[in-house]
Amino acid sequence: MIGRNEQSNRQKMMLHNIMQYQVAVLDLALYLDTHPNDPVALYRHKAYTQQLKQLRDEYEMMYGPLNNYSMETGETWRYINSPWPWEWDNK
Amino acid sequence: MFMYEKKLQYPVRVSNKDVRMAMAVLNQYGGPDGEMSASMNYLTQRFSMPLNEAKGLLTDIGTEELGHMEMVASLFKKLLEGASRDEMIAAGFGGYFANHETCPFYLDSSGSPWTATYTQAKGDPIADLYNDLAAEQKARATYENLIKLTDDPLVKDTLRWLREREIIHFQRFGEALRLVEEYTASKRVF
Repeated sequence: MIGRNEQSNRQKMMLHNIMQYQVAVLDLALYLDTHPNDPVALYRHKAYTQQLKQLRDEYEMMYGPLNNYSMETGETWRYINSPWPWEWDNK
Repeated sequence: MFMYEKKLQYPVRVSNKDVRMAMAVLNQYGGPDGEMSASMNYLTQRFSMPLNEAKGLLTDIGTEELGHMEMVASLFKKLLEGASRDEMIAAGFGGYFANHETCPFYLDSSGSPWTATYTQAKGDPIADLYNDLAAEQKARATYENLIKLTDDPLVKDTLRWLREREIIHFQRFGEALRLVEEYTASKRVF
């Protein structure tokens, strides 16, 4: 299928949310890599990953898997659907 | 193993095409201090680290850099979008276009191909971590140069963000170095 840039504002907003949480989680993960016993970092990572999981589940249910290992709950392999990451925000 | 997430780590947007800027940005893709060099450095050095902390950090930062490569490639493509033949030629992009059209390729902005000589894996954990500290500074400096080369606020935003990440990586590597140095000192038998 030829993809047209169909970016509903909702999808974009949800993905941006996930992006923000993922950066927060990654930052904590990098910090934990060198401070594996830091209780504050552990707590925050736990809290953010919980929230992230919810956001991802909601997004993937509506728009398809974000990676090959997430379940496709639809009738077609929506993973390949437009837009691809470098096609967001195109004119 | 490696997984791919179908999203950018941070948004990449441009206000307008800018062929000259696209060429400059390519340095962070296939250039000596670009994201590919960083990623390849860390993903291979991790095999010779003595501490789990260092193995974890090099793996995770090396992986993040792959995501940065994707952002740089996206930026490159967006800066070229809608550029006419004459605009490309005027910017000195004709040679690149003949060989690659607008596909990102592993070159620096003067056309030199990426090479493993842009990386180091001494296998000595302390040497490698010092190298990585320097690598992050060079990446930071390159982003600062790129930020100066554009007036586009959207492009500046993405570049500033990538620059911030390099600074964070530098701090993390500093911590890993300290841990490895402590470990090495404790193991020494005179």
